Amino acid sequence: MKSKATDRLATAFFWGIGLLILFILVWFLWHILGAGVPHLSWDFIAGEPEEMIEGGGVGPQLFNSFYLLFLSLLFSIPFGIGAGVWLSEYAKKNWFTDLVRISTEMLASVPSIVFGLFGMLLFVTVFGFGFTILGGALTLSLLNLPVLVRVTEETLRAVPTSYREASAALGATKWQTIRKVLIPSALPGLVTGVTLVAGRALGESAILIFTAGVTVSRFAPDLNLFASGETLSVHLWYVRAEGLVPDAMQIAEGTAALLVLVVLALNLLIAIPSRLMQRKMTGKSS
Amino acid sequence: MAVPNQEGNAAAPGFNKGRMFNDKLMRWLFVGSAILVSLIIFSIILFVGKQGVLTFQDVSPLEFFFSTDWSPSKDQYGALTFILGTFIVTAVALVLAVPLAVGGAVFMAKIAPNWMREIMRPATDLFVGIPSVVYGLVGLTVFVPFFAKVFGSAGFGVMPAAIILAIMILPTILSVSEDAIRTLPGALEEASYALGATRWQTIRKVLLPAATPGILTGVILGMGRAIGEAMAVQMVIGNAPILPTGLAQPTSVLTTQIVQEMPNSIFGTTTNNALFLMSLVLLLVSLSLILIIRLVARRREA
Repeated sequence: MKSKATDRLATAFFWGIGLLILFILVWFLWHILGAGVPHLSWDFIAGEPEEMIEGGGVGPQLFNSFYLLFLSLLFSIPFGIGAGVWLSEYAKKNWFTDLVRISTEMLASVPSIVFGLFGMLLFVTVFGFGFTILGGALTLSLLNLPVLVRVTEETLRAVPTSYREASAALGATKWQTIRKVLIPSALPGLVTGVTLVAGRALGESAILIFTAGVTVSRFAPDLNLFASGETLSVHLWYVRAEGLVPDAMQIAEGTAALLVLVVLALNLLIAIPSRLMQRKMTGKSS
Repeated sequence: MAVPNQEGNAAAPGFNKGRMFNDKLMRWLFVGSAILVSLIIFSIILFVGKQGVLTFQDVSPLEFFFSTDWSPSKDQYGALTFILGTFIVTAVALVLAVPLAVGGAVFMAKIAPNWMREIMRPATDLFVGIPSVVYGLVGLTVFVPFFAKVFGSAGFGVMPAAIILAIMILPTILSVSEDAIRTLPGALEEASYALGATRWQTIRKVLLPAATPGILTGVILGMGRAIGEAMAVQMVIGNAPILPTGLAQPTSVLTTQIVQEMPNSIFGTTTNNALFLMSLVLLLVSLSLILIIRLVARRREA
């Protein structure tokens, strides 16, 4: 009897933990959005930032966030997917494969501030770019790379071997098989992976402070790759830490709410359709 | 891999030439990408390492690693405070996060009904997606004022930093542990129930011990995230280069000291090099965590 009572108590305890975790998240979101959403207005979202007076906006930072995200994905997706395809489809069991695999793991564990210092050393100091969007995007792509490699390898491995055999039996080369059979059937997984990477890149700040800088171009939105490009996350940190504007707290709260809304939207817009697509495709194949 | 070599089934040679060329070209591009990944990590170690080791021209390793006196204006470059600070803050964060995360993992893997799981999984994914500066801001607006009231200090210090880190690493530990518990062979659980054990007894005596290597992997991954986090911690820790004597004391860790001083230091100076050396220490600690995970995984296979 005693052990039954303990069991019931334990079940209640685990429910408590589960609910507590959910509660923390809901409280977190409620707090960020509750504090920040009242500050969101068109003038704030699209307006120019101010250095000294109240009422500055985050328009250029919003633009830079997506511009840097786009560029970093542009640089990292080809190589990330390429290395992932190689690991899944070509790699034999030898020292070189082990080396690539452990390099990917090592790259995934590098703290983002170390990427930031590396990017600063390479792009700002050695190449002499200064703080630029290009340097920021290239360094940011190093953060994306290992996740893309892992996701690509895992999703390709999940494609049944019979697909490869059927394609090979039709006389397709390996590249044709990869392009026309494997990549399309792995697409939902790849899209989910890219969303994951995009969310992380969008929120990243430690890398960009040292590579893309904490100022925005005077001609925002500026497509110039060699302009400095402060993003939303960096701006949030910067106005709190070193900003001189009197309404720094409001700007920080508004920026935080905007960031969370963007991350939420990214999850809903891309992750959910891809999950549905996955369900539909697995439904068809069974 | 499992596919037989296609070059054997070549049909008409003229028709095949272009395809075969493409096939070879792509193979080289794929290998090239793989080589690039390896090149990047080794050049990071090399670049950051080389710049960091330059510190030892002016500062003895003994001073850097074993002195707590960090005052660059007086040529004192002891980084022990930051190294210890990193481990103290991480340890407190783990103490807070691990019980909650492992409990949550057990709940999601074995106890929660399906609908609850459907809510919790995207919820924990969202936790991961929230930018670290946003965590920092919440720490600044909620936990710092709270601890200011409780301790009667400025509120900045080890405790708010550890709480923020605990919330940040919770989903990492939770999802890896849940995976470890869910993928245990069903026979273990069934055998335990067949012996008349209750669910709690099964969880405590069978499932958790069997899933320990997986849970440990999750904890180490969370630890890595906590050690490397910079911005969120910098916003709440107080940034004072002194060893904390209590949880309410402001201090500095490796990452926050770099964020704090790097923008104001000139490239090539001893201070600047010492900051690079700190980031090398961070890098090496993170890389050794990967090795530990590999060892844990190997023991699981054996």
